[in-house]
Amino acid sequence: MTGNGVLQIVVYFGILLLLARPLGIYMARVYEGDPSVLTRLFGPVERFFYKFCGINPDEEMGWKRYTAAVLVFGAAGFLVLYLLQRFQGALPFNPQKLPSVAPGLAFNTAVSFVTNTNWQNYGGETTMSYLTQMAGLGVQNFVSAATGMAVLVALVRGFKRHSAQTIGNFWVDLTRSTFYILLPLSVVWSLLLVSQGVVQTLSEYKTVSLTQAISYEKPKLDDRGNPVKDARGNPATERVHVKEQVIPFGPAASQIAIKQLGTNGGGFFNVNSAHPFENPTALSNFLEVLAILLIPAALCLAFGKMIGDLRQGWALLAAMSLVLVSFTCWCAWNEQGGNPRFGALGIDQTASESNPGGNMEGKEARFGIVNSALWATATTAASNGSVNAMHDSFTPVGGMVPLCLMQLGEVIFGGVGSGLYGMLVFAIITVFIAGLMVGRTPEYLGKKIEMFEMKMASLAILIVNALVTIGTAFAVSTKAGVAGIANPGPHGFSEVLYAFSSAANNNGSAFAGLTGNAVFYHIALGIAMFIGRFWVIIPVLAIAGSLAKKKHVPAGLGTLPTHTPLFVAFLIGVVLIVGALTFVPSLALGPIAEQFMAAR
Amino acid sequence: MSSKTKKRSLFEPAIVKRALWDSIKKLNPLHQIKNPVMFVVEMGSILTTLLFFHALFGRGEASPGFILHVSLWLWITVLFANFAESVAEGRGKAQADTLRRTRRDITAKRLSRPDPHADVSEVISSQLRKGDFVLVEAGDIIPMDGEVVAGVASVNESAVTGESAPVIRESGGDRSAVTGGTTVLSDWLVVRITSNPGETFLDRMIAMVEGAKRQKTPNELALDILLAGMTIIFLLVTVTLLPFSLFSVRAAGQGSPVTITVLVALLVCLIPTTIGGLLSAIGIAGMDRMIQANVIAMSGRAVEAAGDVDVLLLDKTGTITLGNRQATEFIPTAGVDVRALADAAQLSSLADETPEGRSIVVLAKERYGLRERDIQGMGVVFVPFTAQTRMSGVNFDSRQIRKGAADALDTYVRTQGGTFPPDVREIVDDIAKRGATPLVVAEGQKVLGVIRLNDIVKGGIKERFAEMRQMGIKTIMITGDNPLTAAAVAAEAGVDDFLAEATPETKLKLIREHQAGGRLVAMTGDGTNDAPALAQADVAVAMNTGTQAAKEAGNLVDLDSNPTKLIEIVEIGKQLLMTRGTLTTFSIANDVAKYFAILPAAFIPIYPALGKLNIMGLATPQSAVLSAVIFNALIIIFLVPLALRGVKYRPLGAQVILRNNALIYGIGGLIVPFIGIKLIDMILTALHVV
Repeated sequence: MTGNGVLQIVVYFGILLLLARPLGIYMARVYEGDPSVLTRLFGPVERFFYKFCGINPDEEMGWKRYTAAVLVFGAAGFLVLYLLQRFQGALPFNPQKLPSVAPGLAFNTAVSFVTNTNWQNYGGETTMSYLTQMAGLGVQNFVSAATGMAVLVALVRGFKRHSAQTIGNFWVDLTRSTFYILLPLSVVWSLLLVSQGVVQTLSEYKTVSLTQAISYEKPKLDDRGNPVKDARGNPATERVHVKEQVIPFGPAASQIAIKQLGTNGGGFFNVNSAHPFENPTALSNFLEVLAILLIPAALCLAFGKMIGDLRQGWALLAAMSLVLVSFTCWCAWNEQGGNPRFGALGIDQTASESNPGGNMEGKEARFGIVNSALWATATTAASNGSVNAMHDSFTPVGGMVPLCLMQLGEVIFGGVGSGLYGMLVFAIITVFIAGLMVGRTPEYLGKKIEMFEMKMASLAILIVNALVTIGTAFAVSTKAGVAGIANPGPHGFSEVLYAFSSAANNNGSAFAGLTGNAVFYHIALGIAMFIGRFWVIIPVLAIAGSLAKKKHVPAGLGTLPTHTPLFVAFLIGVVLIVGALTFVPSLALGPIAEQFMAAR
Repeated sequence: MSSKTKKRSLFEPAIVKRALWDSIKKLNPLHQIKNPVMFVVEMGSILTTLLFFHALFGRGEASPGFILHVSLWLWITVLFANFAESVAEGRGKAQADTLRRTRRDITAKRLSRPDPHADVSEVISSQLRKGDFVLVEAGDIIPMDGEVVAGVASVNESAVTGESAPVIRESGGDRSAVTGGTTVLSDWLVVRITSNPGETFLDRMIAMVEGAKRQKTPNELALDILLAGMTIIFLLVTVTLLPFSLFSVRAAGQGSPVTITVLVALLVCLIPTTIGGLLSAIGIAGMDRMIQANVIAMSGRAVEAAGDVDVLLLDKTGTITLGNRQATEFIPTAGVDVRALADAAQLSSLADETPEGRSIVVLAKERYGLRERDIQGMGVVFVPFTAQTRMSGVNFDSRQIRKGAADALDTYVRTQGGTFPPDVREIVDDIAKRGATPLVVAEGQKVLGVIRLNDIVKGGIKERFAEMRQMGIKTIMITGDNPLTAAAVAAEAGVDDFLAEATPETKLKLIREHQAGGRLVAMTGDGTNDAPALAQADVAVAMNTGTQAAKEAGNLVDLDSNPTKLIEIVEIGKQLLMTRGTLTTFSIANDVAKYFAILPAAFIPIYPALGKLNIMGLATPQSAVLSAVIFNALIIIFLVPLALRGVKYRPLGAQVILRNNALIYGIGGLIVPFIGIKLIDMILTALHVV
């Protein structure tokens, strides 16, 4: 890695951690109902909203009711989004006259956005009308993120309260997350992005003449879409001349702000943030990658503030940051190291004044290696999934980094809310093992960790890991699953593994290459996303309910402190070992095998 | 503390012999299913055995020799785990046999009414029921647990406590409980039977040490769930490897999919067999360690809870201080020689048989060389202490020496026509303020001075409390003394807090307050008035010498009746949890090395490049798999002593303990298997096993 590359990583994390604290403390105030500047602005709106929906904001919910509210809200969101897609052809705001979306894709996309995954089996500019983008996908970008935050806040209340039957009101948490946190931040980010040239318009696509016409050989296809072979058995091609190009537009900036801030990641355009209208400059790139981790980082401190011990928040943030920084450096180092096959051919891949060096395939020249690696790791650490480079084109081991980050369960920053509640589940397991080691019934934040918590925590981790392994196994052993694979050898395996890791962990980033737009993957990945989201939320809320009922155990000398570097190290160890033990065999058959074969 | 429980060596031949047989019997799947981890191993053993026969008679997936070796070692893994459990149980069973010998049926003398002269009918002890009255005379064995309603007798309770010195049992008060199986040495007792056959203290003790009714403790259950969860994850990981490898074979166009034998081997190596195999042994051994400490736990839960104790309530008298106050200083009034005071004090106490009185004689002798005099020959008349006069003393010749509380002596000298000197008043106040007890000595109408009586804090107790503080346990002294005295003793003993002028109600209230604050409270007690507090406390240690009510209320019974035993109990509880935690960490950390052994071996046929993962340089794929399986089995047997003895507990802060244990069992657990597997591989290769 170059000195400049190191500097970029340092500056990024420096600014991220600097912003996390004030935002975190602000969020804590929002959830505790403390007044702030924005209360004056949105307070009346909030109250009107409650009245309009018939919500009593002072009513408290037990964990079962809270869970039911989350599920009902998710189901309703799914239904609306599905119908919007199915009937978009007949609905307004569709200047391109895009047809209605097919059932399989509509199902997959609806599940995907409701679960905050934003896996996209389609290209936005050629599939979704402006109405679907704004009223469907855009809305879910906000509320699916807000749902994650609400569940987290409920869990935090579980730690905070004692001898209590309730964990808050879902509707209030949802509303506050949206009005006081996601909306204001999105407005700020949208304006900043527009200033950098990100498009924001409702006008239709423009057709322009190319300054230089181009021509290329296009593979010939028969009526059924299969490639035609010539007499000598080679694929037949035909020459195509291109003189003009269609430039897609749309209300992108507002969508991109929330897709980054809400760890959604669903691009407005097909190539996501590699597209110059989504991400035109180095500064827009920095703002977008900053937005990926901003709320997840700040939530750690909001958590610390809410439980009255900021150090606990810093400890979790430190654990996340340490893992991410090491993974980012490892990824950047591998990408800068270049393609192992080129190395074997004696091609110079070192960076110099005139040459970025390293593996530039699939990367935007305006971002370069470090920013692509930084984005790739940030977007998979957080369950964002937006990309500014194609992960499929990374070196095998470099591309393994985003894969691993997802397989760790999206707890290194993770989705807004969901990342931290996932990390808290890991913290509970860590506390259990570490607590036993010091000879006491384990306690975390003053709550005894007992059988019920262990049951639910094990379940949360087990379900996601099961989805990835079973899903991948199912795909590689069925014809329909294998049909979507583009590359031969271990790389093809990586594509499937990546898809299921991404879906089950609600990340949504794709290892391009796999053709996901097929009924098999619509359904299989849709199920993985659904279970990976809600079947984790249920045990997490169950833990919240059980913790809230418990008495608070005051900390003593015999209590294991959970804010120390030692605990942070232990937590990292547990996260890495659980992840590694589950996925090392499959990684060995994918990226590791590929890297070793290439390096021969 | 004398103990009948001879320290049993870890592997006593008799126990080992029985354990070997038991570990075969425990192969019964119905037994194994209680432990999901080992159940999976047994299923794997059965599967590989079938694969072996398949390979032997048909076209197997690998050479029969290889499958047989893997299969054998999987069976050995199960047997080792069974053996660990059996050895732990065996120690309890041996103890139970000793106890059971005292529980044979005997002939009891049933009385028609609670009167030693009532009609006696002879019945078999097992026919006695609650509420029956029996007569027990010198030489008889007490047939059943009960309460003395009449008589006084010395009883040999060594059958239960191991203490051979006889104890006195009498009706009323705190020494009325008798235990079935103990022997009356002298005199007679009328006992009201308080338990039905099968429910006696001895029965419960036998059940506990035998582990017959052993229920899993809360932490053990939680750990069980974690281990089961991990087992399921690894089951999924290994099962899905089959389709993964099938796909990879097609993708690579070479090699063969992973064999089921290797998958089973991988599964068994990955699931936490080390802790899974030793978990129940650890629990049983914890109970056993309690028994070694001469403490009977009425439930496993109590043992575990002991490790969590936050607050310890201790009686002052007998626990923190020696039973009685002792004279520590003579302070004369102005114009009186200290030797004259000491002389008078000694004379007044020569006939005083109370411990305080004796301590005055001893102090005078030690400090001023005044030898004891034969009061019999001096015509001395002893004036005993009465509640009215609140003083005692002697009259001889014309001298009248008195000692007692300041106000009592004040009244006395005034009636004798003297005055109570103001400097004595000052001395008395000063002593009281310091938490000691002043005794004023006067001869006739003249006050000579003051004897200071102090509570003597037991040697070494302060250090133990400091240790407790290190462990994060708050100590509270309970005393009936006034707050002033209590504060002084508390300061000297180094307890964190005290409860003065304690009554059963205030004790109960104190415990409830701490519990409401989320703390776990432990206390010791022996009297009937302790019973409510004992029942309320989370860890309640009843003294075996105590009343039946106290023993019923407690969840631990200390056979030595040593109140400081609580400290040991806490340590045993902590050890129990620590052993589980450290072995879990060790077990999981081990998996990393096993992956490096088995994965390259499994995948080399498909992707030869993965041979680079064989960083241990193991000889062949077969030897690599077998070495990992053998290591996995052997580590269980190597860790049996640790599981039975428990991880050593030192009273350090939680942070330091975690660091030490994480280094030893976490980092150690990562490194050890690399070395172990490599060594085993070298041996296998040298022996040409595979």
